Amino acid sequence: MIRFEPSFFLERNRDIDEVTLRAIAREVRKDILKMTSEAQSGHPGGAMSAADIIVTLYYYKMRHNPENPKWEKRDRFVLSKGHVCPALYSVLARTGYFPLEKLHEFRKLNGDLQGHPDMHKTPGIEISTGSLGHGIGAAVGMALGLKLDKSDSRVYCMIGDGEAQEGSVWEASMAASHYNLDNLVVILDNNNLQIDGPVDDVMSIYPAVEKWKAFGWHVIEINGHDFKEIKAALDEADSVKFKPTMIVAKTVKGKGVSFMENRAEWHGKALSPDLLKEALKELGEIV
Amino acid sequence: MKKVSLRDAYGETLVELGKEDERIVVLDADLSGSTKTAKFAKAFPERFFNFGIAEIDMMNAAAGLATTGKIPFVSTFAIFGTGRAWEAVRQTICYPNLNVKIVCTHGGITVGEDGATHQALEDVANMRNIPNMRVIVPADDIETRQVIRKIAYTDGPFYVRLTREKFPRIFDESYRFEVGKGHVLVEGEDVTVVANGVITSFALLTAENLEREGISVEVIHMPTVKPIDTELIVKSASKTGAVVTAEEHSIIGGLGSAVAEVLVENYPVPMERLGTPDVFGRSGKGWELLHYFGLDEKGIEEKIKKVLERKR
Repeated sequence: MIRFEPSFFLERNRDIDEVTLRAIAREVRKDILKMTSEAQSGHPGGAMSAADIIVTLYYYKMRHNPENPKWEKRDRFVLSKGHVCPALYSVLARTGYFPLEKLHEFRKLNGDLQGHPDMHKTPGIEISTGSLGHGIGAAVGMALGLKLDKSDSRVYCMIGDGEAQEGSVWEASMAASHYNLDNLVVILDNNNLQIDGPVDDVMSIYPAVEKWKAFGWHVIEINGHDFKEIKAALDEADSVKFKPTMIVAKTVKGKGVSFMENRAEWHGKALSPDLLKEALKELGEIV
Repeated sequence: MKKVSLRDAYGETLVELGKEDERIVVLDADLSGSTKTAKFAKAFPERFFNFGIAEIDMMNAAAGLATTGKIPFVSTFAIFGTGRAWEAVRQTICYPNLNVKIVCTHGGITVGEDGATHQALEDVANMRNIPNMRVIVPADDIETRQVIRKIAYTDGPFYVRLTREKFPRIFDESYRFEVGKGHVLVEGEDVTVVANGVITSFALLTAENLEREGISVEVIHMPTVKPIDTELIVKSASKTGAVVTAEEHSIIGGLGSAVAEVLVENYPVPMERLGTPDVFGRSGKGWELLHYFGLDEKGIEEKIKKVLERKR
């Protein structure tokens, strides 16, 4: 298992190569499938599409302290698409916020890992999210507060492409640009699938890049599963001034397991024990 | 009784708090001139955030600001703050129990000419049903100043309902507001009236009028609708044996409902509720509308007589 000392995470832009990031992400994907399968509940599809980006944020980019989750100098991550929290829970456990065994509590009565993130129950969660369209607004408020304090901490937020149908996402996008929040970076997990089908069939958000550009954002387009591109985009955002940055990350729902990829049905359905075995085998686990 | 502006008292208190404490920040949704947060915006432009006509984002951003240690006061009209933005208040402020103070003006029927679309008659109900939220309906400027100071330094979410219309001043500087405490303004034997907002001033008039008819009315001012002062309600009901509630709000879900819940579970006595019935408001002058809906001293008197009939 790839493990780092907590002190590893205290500075940004750590020396970690793509091979290592990919290996960690593979473990995270296994966690996602095991957690949702054990609970027979949860959202594996979107968690798999978001995994590489969340891994890069916590292992490469963000300044944070697993031993002191409320560390004043930390960068913040807001998972606005809160339903993909298995990916985040796995990363928080693997970076040292809580023991890996806790992942078994996911979605269970008396467990600390709620179906959607709860900032008071789970160490490392910055704000409770789950109802779509709200997290990005909270991230705007965090960025404003950090600016008032003249803090150099940065706010990262991930939204879904289906989530971008919520009007409040655009309210927040307007405000972030109006207040010149260059300490805010939002990543759009653009897997193009939502519960009822492809985003452009259900209610198109496209052209997304042009929309956020028109809202005054610096927009970067990447392949959300290419660690070089994810790192480069997060680095580019550091040097943007007076504007928030939107990283439009093309991703694949269910990424990493052939029979789950690009299938909307795996949005909110857990794998059966048999399918779990098959999926884990694909991810290189010796079952 | 001299009529005073609750929203001016709010704006002025915000400025005082802003001077004393750098953590105070204020958010508004294009209504700062009406809600009087413009006073704070002028004094502390760097700590005032206008979110435009986007109340949902404003509530979410207030929650985000609270996580950075700020004390956000959020203002707009009551209908938008508690209606349009309800789900953001529930999800992002109340569920994580964040330190956000929602102070809305233009609550109730006294919004007046703007009519039904802008008259929040459901705001207290909307906020009262969310866990962690506390709900306060002040009666005058003196109480408003104390409420704003008190909630600034009481951790967690609050909703304070203020009004467009000026209300009679019923308190002097000796008054002391406490969260969750009602106040017996007039002691009586025959019937208890529990009121808040502008209606408390009418209840005082009713008590005076009925004293001449030999009916002794106990008047309780109940600024905190949640958490409600159960002890005081039960104590008074067990003395008088009949209760009337009166509020500038729908009879569904507001003060009347809160008092009914207390009585039913602790000390059932005959009770009548005065408020707007299950209807929308309409255009007119603020004070005309109060009388139109019977939200005045005469309306309270009718309810008292009705409840006294039932008491026998």
